Amino acid sequence: MPQTDMKNGAKHRRLLGGLSDTNLLMSITIIVFILMYAFAIFGLGAGFLKAQTFFNMLNANAALIILACGMTLVMITGGIDISLGGMAALVSMCSAVYLDMHSGSVIGAVMISLGIGLAFGIIQGFLVAYLDIQPFIVTLAGMFFARGMTTIVNTNPFNVQNEAFVKLKETRIIIPGMGSVNKRGDYIDAYIEIGVVIALLIVVALFLFLKWTKTGRSFYAVGGNRQSALMLGINVKRTTFLAYLMCGILGGIGGFVYFMHVGSGSASHATGAEMNAIASSIIGGTMLTGGVGNIIGTFFGVLSLALIQNIVSSAGLDQAWWTGITNASMLCIFLVIQSIIIARRKKENLSAEKPAEAKGVKT
Amino acid sequence: MQKKVGTAEKNSFLSAIIRKQIFIPIAALIILAIFNFIVDPSFFKITLGHNSEGDPVLSGNLISIIDYGSELAILAIGMTLVTAASRGQDISVGAAIAISGSVVLRVLCGTNSHPETLQAPIIAAFLVSCLVAMAFGAFNGALVSVFKIQPMVATLILFTAGRSIAAWINNNELPVVSDRTFTYFGGYIPGIPIPTPFFIAILCFILTWLALKFTNLGLYVQSVGINEKTSRLNGLNPALIKFVTYVILGLCVAVAGFIKVSRLSTINYSVVAKDIEMDAILAVALGGNSLSGGKFNIYASILGAYVIQFLTTTLYKFQVQADALPAYKAVVVIALVILSAPIVREKLAAFFKKLRSPEKAESKA
Amino acid sequence: MQEKSLLEMRGIYKSFPGVKALRNVDFTLRGGEIHALMGENGAGKSTLIKVLTGVHIKDSGDIFIKGQNGPVQIHSPQEAQNLGISTVYQEISLCPNLSVAENIFLGRGKSRLVNWRSMNKKAGELLDSLGIAVKPTQQLASCSIAVQQMVAIARAVDMECSVLILDEPTSSLDESEVAKLFKLMRQLKERGVGIIFVTHFLDQVYEVCDSITVLRDGQLVGEYEIEKLPRVQLVSKMLGKELDDMADIKNDIPTFSDKDKSFVYEAEGLCSSEGIKPFNFNIRKGEVNGFTGLLGSGRSECVRAIFGADKVTGGKVKVNGKEVKISKPIDAMKNGIAYLPEDRKRDGIVGDLSVKDNIILALQVKKGFFKPFSKAEAVKFAEEYIKLLDIKTASVNTPIKSLSGGNQQKVILGRWLLTNPEYLILDEPTRGIDVGTKVDIQKLVLKLASEGMSITFISSETDEMLRTCSRLLVMRDRKLVGELTGDELTQNTIMNTIAGGDR
Repeated sequence: MPQTDMKNGAKHRRLLGGLSDTNLLMSITIIVFILMYAFAIFGLGAGFLKAQTFFNMLNANAALIILACGMTLVMITGGIDISLGGMAALVSMCSAVYLDMHSGSVIGAVMISLGIGLAFGIIQGFLVAYLDIQPFIVTLAGMFFARGMTTIVNTNPFNVQNEAFVKLKETRIIIPGMGSVNKRGDYIDAYIEIGVVIALLIVVALFLFLKWTKTGRSFYAVGGNRQSALMLGINVKRTTFLAYLMCGILGGIGGFVYFMHVGSGSASHATGAEMNAIASSIIGGTMLTGGVGNIIGTFFGVLSLALIQNIVSSAGLDQAWWTGITNASMLCIFLVIQSIIIARRKKENLSAEKPAEAKGVKT
Repeated sequence: MQKKVGTAEKNSFLSAIIRKQIFIPIAALIILAIFNFIVDPSFFKITLGHNSEGDPVLSGNLISIIDYGSELAILAIGMTLVTAASRGQDISVGAAIAISGSVVLRVLCGTNSHPETLQAPIIAAFLVSCLVAMAFGAFNGALVSVFKIQPMVATLILFTAGRSIAAWINNNELPVVSDRTFTYFGGYIPGIPIPTPFFIAILCFILTWLALKFTNLGLYVQSVGINEKTSRLNGLNPALIKFVTYVILGLCVAVAGFIKVSRLSTINYSVVAKDIEMDAILAVALGGNSLSGGKFNIYASILGAYVIQFLTTTLYKFQVQADALPAYKAVVVIALVILSAPIVREKLAAFFKKLRSPEKAESKA
Repeated sequence: MQEKSLLEMRGIYKSFPGVKALRNVDFTLRGGEIHALMGENGAGKSTLIKVLTGVHIKDSGDIFIKGQNGPVQIHSPQEAQNLGISTVYQEISLCPNLSVAENIFLGRGKSRLVNWRSMNKKAGELLDSLGIAVKPTQQLASCSIAVQQMVAIARAVDMECSVLILDEPTSSLDESEVAKLFKLMRQLKERGVGIIFVTHFLDQVYEVCDSITVLRDGQLVGEYEIEKLPRVQLVSKMLGKELDDMADIKNDIPTFSDKDKSFVYEAEGLCSSEGIKPFNFNIRKGEVNGFTGLLGSGRSECVRAIFGADKVTGGKVKVNGKEVKISKPIDAMKNGIAYLPEDRKRDGIVGDLSVKDNIILALQVKKGFFKPFSKAEAVKFAEEYIKLLDIKTASVNTPIKSLSGGNQQKVILGRWLLTNPEYLILDEPTRGIDVGTKVDIQKLVLKLASEGMSITFISSETDEMLRTCSRLLVMRDRKLVGELTGDELTQNTIMNTIAGGDR
């Protein structure tokens, strides 16, 4: 038996031995993140040593974490959802209008957010899963619809004055023992916002869902190979639908968390959020082709993007365009890495698989 | 008996027309025109006036359609080719227009953002922007054909970075060209009352027509889009052909970008050609071309582009804000893709068959 | 139903539009038996398997399964699984991104949660009991194809199947991998599982099987015990030719003397990424030769290598005595080689394009990007070949996909004739087309050869090859095993050479 193992090992050499694709790509991300953080600490000063610097990254990106989680879900099943940013803007605007112009309650606003997400999830999921329309086209239309609707709901951006909401928005959760002393010698507590708690809960819940439930595993199966998944007795259409449904709901939640962070409604909110969500997922090791990915990786993907932006601006390159360019080049690099990994794997299996393919016709 | 034959013939004649690809945009155009005619016949009024420079200009809704539809129609040419060959769309065209427009201004204005005189001939600026746009097209094309990334995801990279790159090219300044000749390309040439972009578009259509007539572009692109394996066995290089379509789209982007900056003599990086990718994809779909590649009809796409501009102008007339337009168009896109989805088509065909069969039974009785 | 039988199929009929795929087929599988199901192209093996696994619904006939009262109806793969019938396909239908254990247990069981520890433990025990050397936690994609195949079998076994169908499982395995698979099959046999083994490798049939059922043209030829059916007999039954059928159907095909060294095309040690063993090949002006061998023997791969359709990995090639490099189709085309591929739909037609465009495609590409034919020229070419080959189409602008198979084939033939090749390769040009067209194509081949064209002709029907070829190259298991000329060109010698091994 050891002999056969060795033979297989030699025949199918991998970058990191026995790691599965998911774990391999995720490990790369986490290592890159830690290295970048170390570089920031040593290269750019002690600002990065403060716990609050890290917490601020979380505070600013809680919504993105949630959106990226949704993105990861659909990407694992082999799809994509680029309506998430538009959805977040629409949710913010609707909640803002409801709170201020109709003096609604916070609970009502949450309900509206979830409702919008649910509606997007159901419609897009139905079109993709049951009518078999390209997910990109469906969600591109979804994105434009959401952006347009945001303007239709209310044109001008405005800050929400609703007291209950403002109180909620300004709630800070103090993390004991992590504070720092400022220049004047005062001790300042380290804090996170409510959104971060929600985001972390979602990350943990989805991680458990994907790892420990049958439905979660069938997401991977569908993304790995639809035909096989069907043969193995999985309801592929229902699984795909469920992925878009969950993504839609996460879009609603993420939109509300975004709203809690910014406290205003505007048609230009969350511009490019879908793009950052895709980039985070890909950087976190989710494969565009589906079947490979991990929520923890996505979490680190978001943090990596945030960290890079922090580093870029600390390094003095604080012009607005650097954000777009660094994000896009990160995405580009990781896409190309994925493409190379796929090509390599194809090559590895080539000698064994090709004859079967070439024969083509069976009796 | 005779009557039956008559209806059968009529049916086949009707269905022959309906089956023609260009029928879809024409039908959409007619519906829009009738709708506008009923609501407000003055929609079609064209008046001859004078602009601030004292030159004669035509104005009216129809003129603004052929004027502002030009960039879209030019983009539709390249987008149709890309769609046909790579079975996906390029969503970075808006961002790429921002880049090429920015390049034009950069070359014309040099380092000074508000120069008194042009720092370079206009033609030079245009050529440089063509090169840059084609290079970005090549970047997209390489990701799609060499690295085999799905077109929409590959072009997402430039979609994100494009406007930032455009801002970076001019150091985030907003250069303004004060030379009047520069405005001719997006406005009016003195003495000619028809907007210049329309002529540029016509020129592009003629070039396209020539290219399709005197090269094998059409045959190769369709062949690759329909069956890559067969194409390879017939001596084509599918990757190269896909790549070339993206470069051609880059050229279209440069022309469209040039018109865009000429209209204003300046640029707004985050607004210029906003959402134009959606319109370009919609033009291809409205032209009856399958968004999953294969056979194409460029002229139908061009007509589709003007139909979309018609729709936009109509919506504007109903006081719809510019930012709200995408919502309406998204509904049109979804309706189109649902109707063209194979599953839906099968169901519809079965449904019509059912509808027709009782009729037949009746007529027989 | 007989005492020992696990499965009995009686009088199965199944037809598709235009084709009677199965006519009155019987099949019996006993417990603890490995039963080969043999037949050439279109014999109905695949249809029979699909009827049994519920992919197709039979038109009539009965299926009996041990332990069930009366005949059973199988409407879906799921129902077949519930009846204890499991299938392992040639193309692995597992998820490469999941672990081995997950692939065994996915989509089964009632619990909504995954208990990894118990799943891995159970999978480990199962794999151990079957002697499959793989860790349950390993990702499937990192296992060799053979192991993946065996994991699929393990899944089937664990679902308590009594009937296991292996549909060409060995076609992508190397020898040592096949040996492992066979060991596993024998173990299952000892447990009383009945295995239906579909393969086209004769050696393997004789190594592992107990009995053989042969189908031909949708009908049962017979069921035989392995000892009582020598190889040559098996081949003759599959091909439908009696050994004594010595009727000489050959006509006046010109023969070439070995001294004639004026080769149009010559290859030495040619091999491709498709796993064929390096082979030598040549053809003279006006010669018709052919590759023969059973399905999957590598005959198509050889001609694909000649045309550069697959990645050529080695060998020297001379055209008209001059050394050339052919690494992709356009190189071959420029050297006057044309290739009509085996799989018309996948490699031959450009479905949505018109008949006219399909005809001019190859010549157009050869001519160059900037030199398109005018519409009039294109129509002229198209009409010329529509007339010459008697292609039945509404007009030159009809999309090729709406033509019948035979007419599509003629269009593609027309496409290559239009390029006026020196050397034409025809891979199964007569498959799936009506008899009249078949004869037309054979006549055409002889006519073209008499005009000086060199042609390589491949067909599953030996008669056709005998009628047209003056030299046959015989392939077995991806290797060139013989070359037959002159008096050797008889059904008997061909079958003997194909069968190989003990005569």
